[in-house]
Amino acid sequence: MRRFVGFLVNPLAGMGGRVGLGGSDGEQRVAEAHRRGAQPVAPARASRALHRLAARRDVGDLTVAVAPDPMGAELAEASGLRTQPLAVPIGSPTTAADTVAVARAAAAAGVDLLLFAGGDGTAADVLAAVGQSTPLLGIPAGVKMRSGVFAASPEAAGDLAADHLVRLARAPVGEVHPELLVPTEVIDAAPGGGGASTGGGGAAPTGGGGSMQSALVGVALVPRAGDGRLIGPKSSSALGSSSALDALAEAVASELDPDTLYLVGPGTTTARVLAALGLEASTLGVDAVAGGELVGHDVGEQEILGLLDGYPRTKLILGVIGGQGMLLGRGNQQLSPRVLARVSPEDVTILSSADKLVALRPALLRVDVGVEAPFPWLAGYRRVRVAPRRDMLMRVGA
Amino acid sequence: MSMDRPRRYHAAVWDEPLVHEIGHPGRRGVVVPEVEPDVAAVAGDAAELVAPAARRRRPPSLPELSEWEVLRHYLHLSQQTLGMMGISLFGTCTMKYNPALSESLISLPQVREVHPLQHEETMQGLLEIVYRLDLALRELSGMDRFVFQPGGGADAAWLHACITRAYHAARGELAQRNEIVTTIQAHPCNSATAAAAGFKVVTLPLEENGRASLDALRAAVSERTAALMVNNPDDMGIYNPDIAEWVQTVHAAGGLCFYDHANFNGVMGKLRAGELGFDACMFMLHKTFGAPKGNGPAVGAYGCTERLAPYLPGPLVEPVGLDGDLDPSRGGTEDLPGFGRDGVRFRLVEPEAGVGRVREYLGNLPQVLKAYAWVRAMGAEGIDEASDLSVLMSNYVDARLRSIRGVTRSNPEVGAYRMEMCRYSLETLTQETGVRAVDVQNRMTDFGIDAFWLSHEPWIVPEPFTPEVGELWSKEDVDEWIDVLALVCAEAYEHPEVVRTAPHRQVTHRIDTGPLDDPARWATTWRAYRAKHRMP
Repeated sequence: MRRFVGFLVNPLAGMGGRVGLGGSDGEQRVAEAHRRGAQPVAPARASRALHRLAARRDVGDLTVAVAPDPMGAELAEASGLRTQPLAVPIGSPTTAADTVAVARAAAAAGVDLLLFAGGDGTAADVLAAVGQSTPLLGIPAGVKMRSGVFAASPEAAGDLAADHLVRLARAPVGEVHPELLVPTEVIDAAPGGGGASTGGGGAAPTGGGGSMQSALVGVALVPRAGDGRLIGPKSSSALGSSSALDALAEAVASELDPDTLYLVGPGTTTARVLAALGLEASTLGVDAVAGGELVGHDVGEQEILGLLDGYPRTKLILGVIGGQGMLLGRGNQQLSPRVLARVSPEDVTILSSADKLVALRPALLRVDVGVEAPFPWLAGYRRVRVAPRRDMLMRVGA
Repeated sequence: MSMDRPRRYHAAVWDEPLVHEIGHPGRRGVVVPEVEPDVAAVAGDAAELVAPAARRRRPPSLPELSEWEVLRHYLHLSQQTLGMMGISLFGTCTMKYNPALSESLISLPQVREVHPLQHEETMQGLLEIVYRLDLALRELSGMDRFVFQPGGGADAAWLHACITRAYHAARGELAQRNEIVTTIQAHPCNSATAAAAGFKVVTLPLEENGRASLDALRAAVSERTAALMVNNPDDMGIYNPDIAEWVQTVHAAGGLCFYDHANFNGVMGKLRAGELGFDACMFMLHKTFGAPKGNGPAVGAYGCTERLAPYLPGPLVEPVGLDGDLDPSRGGTEDLPGFGRDGVRFRLVEPEAGVGRVREYLGNLPQVLKAYAWVRAMGAEGIDEASDLSVLMSNYVDARLRSIRGVTRSNPEVGAYRMEMCRYSLETLTQETGVRAVDVQNRMTDFGIDAFWLSHEPWIVPEPFTPEVGELWSKEDVDEWIDVLALVCAEAYEHPEVVRTAPHRQVTHRIDTGPLDDPARWATTWRAYRAKHRMP
């Protein structure tokens, strides 16, 4: 049985991450990302997923319907997969409309699964194009990936796609197979908190800072994976954890060493530490604190590397993305391998509410900082501070 | 006899006023005679016996009723309840029938009229029972010594936290050993008492197999570890088969291990905490051992090994005049000749380094007596069989519940049999009908079924309930309970409003439980109540 997969990559996705833009949505942000020296990240991540898929011999006779370059054709060919071009004209630079057009063409061609590389904005565009007519699977390559359509890593995306195709091959021909799919939420920034995907945004801010309002865009169908390779949508904390987190933030703030540089990651939990210090957090970006003062607001990788030189020691204060368990690699790509290489494992403090951790299925914190830096110290069990004098032990993995 | 199931039921409804609204000024049930002059001359003014600060400035506003008005009032109120004689698979607490015989035992004057401060020579029989129950629990646990002073399971956990503190302080390691390790699924009293005793709490999460992992424990323990406090099995009914290795891991790091036996019903007679290596354990006499649970006195029997015994809170009961050949570690209590007779006496002793009392005197002795009666009536074989029945019935319930639409089992990926209880979720039902677990609970009372308990940790399993059958209930009762649950779940799909607005056949409709979740409304002491209500 011939299997048929659609593939597209949003080449601009994720570029805003390392340079501290909190997203890559909208022309303004893309331009700002280029100005800050951002490099493309999505194609390389998409390629990792494709290589994994291509290595799976059990999938059998597979053809990939590919978007024109730079949205994927060359990557798919390079991975050794048999390709079939989708005849869709696309612009330069690419825009959200191109994502929609390619996704529609793939669905019309009758693909079994549409594999796309990008972030929440790309997921929203793909969903708008195909709805529930075609199962989706996201290769995580954006800045924020709060939607449930993304695999835990590019490799997991490749495996998950292959597993799904194998299961399809075993299922009776010509029937719908709802048991192989699960519905999941697609979430993107709400108006005022960001924009749609590349090229589609209107009033996109130029910095990562701002509110974290997000909205449910719709419900997509994704391959069923019971083992944690697919990450669920980001969920908000339950009520009641707020006072524990405030007390924790006070405790963390009171423990800061005046001579150390603290890099405070994005999120509302870590923002409480800055609030306890009387400082304003960027919430969506990385802030730097030293001697009780804000020495960097919403900083990118280069600014961080510059700051590191000025202090004898650097510590990280990180939050956890609810529902996904992401620790590094989503929304905080500024904390790049080059930055992480200069932080020692005992200098990483992780903060979270306890209910956010217990809601994680599986109970795993995830790190996705790229193949070039494995950082063994990030793997294994680490303590997460959930309240003053209360820690939870969590496994950190890919 | 055949019966329509579920039974038709409606609670009795009395238009009963508050007790303050009935009666009449001056009316009395009992008229107490004046104190005779000779007695008054010796005893003095009774009011003088109360410390001045504790005396009321004005007499209390008490209802004034005749005896029959009082009896009628409380009879009516009792008729409006389910009386805990319905079918109660309450869950997470082992609910047992409390024999009426035990009530008559504790009404004996030798028990009822004993004052805790009277001389030990005058209550030898009671001290013997305390000692004999101590021996029986040693048999069941492999521990070396028990005290019954803690007034409940959490109180026993608190005692363990105190003893942990004293033990490490005596070794000069308390400053270093400031962490207690527990799991997210352990009963919350373990982490709460550890924190109250000044320890930092390190919690292990559940992993894919429904348990916290040995690897996580290894990563958690260090030279800072003071103790491990865990349940096993947990409330999901999942037994941790690595528990002996857990104990070894904590011991290797220098920590103590405490076995919270709240879920002992599933493993009674099957394992002994001491043989697994634990240093201490706790039994709840008011649940597992056939004494009443709920609103009555409770006992958390705390047992430990010789190593920790010096830190136990006094007084302890010790036999004197026993020859060396009566070493209780050699066997049960049956063949101890001469107990309480032939010159064998019992005395009260204070341990050399006791942590101080966690409650008064020897604890709630009526509960101790009931537990002793239960142990003797059951015997070792009976206790073992009760455990088998509990696990069997729980798995019978499990098989039936899993076929009910809207009900799912917690950790469904864990295929292993569950033990004496299992946690379920009504999340599917809630998603599909809007009906929540608390609505189902309320609606079940319309069929004369006692409300079930949800969960100690409602944040782990959404819309939870945790039925526990124990060895007590007949198959007919259990089937009726399940039939009612199935009926209510089906009703939720067909007529969700009926369930959402339940109960309909009880005296009281819905109670606003919102304030229970609002710390601003809590007042756990009279002082806090006065402060919150701005009373002088």
